[in-house]
Amino acid sequence: MRFHFNEDQLLLRDTVRDFLKVECTPEGIRALWETETGRSREFWSRLAAVGMPGLLVPQECDGMGMDEIDLVLLLEETGRAALAEPVISTAAVGVPLLCGLPAKPLAERWLRGVAAGEAVLAVGHPVSPFVSDAHVADLLLLPHAGELHAVARGDAELTRQPANDPSERLFTVKWKPVADTLVARGEQARGLLDAALDRGALGCAAQELGVAERVVEMTVEYACQRKQFGQPIGSFQAIKHMLADVQVRLEYARPVVYRAAHSVARSSPQRAVDVSMAKSAAGETAQQAARVALQVHGALGYTWEQDLHIWMRRAWSLDAAWGSGAWHRARVAGAVLDGELPARTFGYSAPS
Amino acid sequence: MDLTFTPEEESFRSEARSWLAANVPREPLPSLDTAEGFEKHREWEHELNAAGWAMVPWPVEFGGRGANLIEWLIFEEEYYRAGAPGRVNQNGIFLLGPTIMEYGTEAQKARYLAKMASSEEVWGQGWSEPNAGSDMAAIQATAERQGDHYVIHGQKTWVSRGSYADWLFGLFRTDPKSERHRGLSFLLVPLDAEGVTVRPIPQLDGEAGFAEVFLDGVRVPAENLLGEENKGWSVAMATAGFERGLMLRSPARFQNTARKLVALYQETARSRESLDPILRHAVARAWMDAEAYTLNTYQTVSRLLAGGKIGAEASLNKIFWSELDVRMHETALAILGARGQLLPSAPAAGGVGDWLDGYLFALSGPIYAGTNEIQRNVIAERILGLPRS
Repeated sequence: MRFHFNEDQLLLRDTVRDFLKVECTPEGIRALWETETGRSREFWSRLAAVGMPGLLVPQECDGMGMDEIDLVLLLEETGRAALAEPVISTAAVGVPLLCGLPAKPLAERWLRGVAAGEAVLAVGHPVSPFVSDAHVADLLLLPHAGELHAVARGDAELTRQPANDPSERLFTVKWKPVADTLVARGEQARGLLDAALDRGALGCAAQELGVAERVVEMTVEYACQRKQFGQPIGSFQAIKHMLADVQVRLEYARPVVYRAAHSVARSSPQRAVDVSMAKSAAGETAQQAARVALQVHGALGYTWEQDLHIWMRRAWSLDAAWGSGAWHRARVAGAVLDGELPARTFGYSAPS
Repeated sequence: MDLTFTPEEESFRSEARSWLAANVPREPLPSLDTAEGFEKHREWEHELNAAGWAMVPWPVEFGGRGANLIEWLIFEEEYYRAGAPGRVNQNGIFLLGPTIMEYGTEAQKARYLAKMASSEEVWGQGWSEPNAGSDMAAIQATAERQGDHYVIHGQKTWVSRGSYADWLFGLFRTDPKSERHRGLSFLLVPLDAEGVTVRPIPQLDGEAGFAEVFLDGVRVPAENLLGEENKGWSVAMATAGFERGLMLRSPARFQNTARKLVALYQETARSRESLDPILRHAVARAWMDAEAYTLNTYQTVSRLLAGGKIGAEASLNKIFWSELDVRMHETALAILGARGQLLPSAPAAGGVGDWLDGYLFALSGPIYAGTNEIQRNVIAERILGLPRS
């Protein structure tokens, strides 16, 4: 039993954090809001140079051959930076989905493309009517009547659905399933889609942790500097206690997310429930962090100009993606109370 | 990261499990806050100790088993699953014990630890005074050095287990000119010494779980000083860290409550036509939170085994477990409805009275070991770096 990350994992996290600090700034995010796609291919290739999209790509396909325990810390960093590029759909969901396809040549071609930073993936799932980043994806992996299809973007008709978060690019997709697009069916397709959902939710949970961490930092900074009644507002207990409560939640959401990463990496039988707990805990933490941050920033936080809402909107978008927090809580309840899915307490194991 | 148990850890688990299965009393012992229950619990501790299970993570020379903290968590999981009695000497074994290991002289370790592990000596803690509660640095009780003794005058209150304990540890002002947290010393005081008067205080549940202790010219040998004279504050902070942090409330306790809560919900849902969906949500949440607490503890223990330390984050812990405990019991009572008010002795209680007992106890959690408001201040100032008021 060892519940901590190793030096290499922490080092890689620091590298990505430093990279994003420079490459993904609030000014940069605002500039992208004004663009047609809201995404930058140029940034994406630089992200590929750090190894991120291809982290889960097997080494024989030019990837880093790592697993979700390595990836989770990096996704947390992307949340901290409010990065909205399709890292979840490509790196966390799309890549393992391709790895699981029976059509190996097709999968390998795209995996190499992802590792090289040349291909972006979008993944649809029955849990949501929308597909994020379909407009910049080279390949769309889409469900249809229990089957899984791989569709080139050119063969799909996309309708943009403007959302509350200008960083979030949502689309409804119309397309024609044909024999050529079919890549998995039956039991296999269901398994792949179930795993995709869990990986997507894990990715969101990790980003939600990062969002919450950053929002708390920003708010502490502001509360130390903003003075009222002749002293920093952060010296008032009303402010302290709100922020302390967020910190408590954050501290208890973090290991739940890391355990979910472990469960996904090791294909644990409890994977679904572990992931749902993570999505629920991290989502609620990020939402509460955003809410408290807004309150502490006061009217200033309510302006478009202040950067806080960049993160606040990420917290909202992420909660809705890959199964809402409420959806995941219901899934845990079904598992724990009705035995619908395998769930078991951590630690204790029943006599064999 | 590897979240599976090693074969050694698994075999430790089965060893603990078999011993507990064979030895845990079949009938629950009377409350440890009654004179009879206290002695029964002490006897149970003797039994645990004789088999080497009393202090699993302590070194063997001090009456422990020399196990690591992961094994301690495993032991706790088995202990709660087995429905074993509450730990009557918890203030000693979980709080003072680790403090003596960190600050005590070799002679003090030899003198106190083994007798603590066996509960031959049961400890109460003496922090609060009538005018020093959350503001612990306002302590007024004095200990004046006279030759090779300290002479203590003052009053301690809310002394947990004070009504029946053998010893008291606490903070006393040794520098009469000092203010606040300077000039305090950490002393170990036998409660049978001349000049000690113990007045039990009935708690919310009616039992004398804590007491007031009056100290009127009590002479204590100078060797009962733990740590340096006038530097007792930092020693006490270490004790408080153990209390809020790792040892006092192991996750198994809350996982066990969550498991019982799930069973109560399932039973009730089967036998009743409708159950407020809010309760379903609350039960699932309790289960998730108990898991989160467990995961966090395993993570902390892993970090400690890798050479880390527990600091202010103990305050995060204390808020989380104390509020979780209250929520779980509130949920259980809401599921029970009218039966929730029955004492365990009520003929119609059918075993559900334990939830009420548990609720009354859980209500003390956000108050003892430093109120949760104090913990929030600690988090805000020492973890987040917000300015002091």
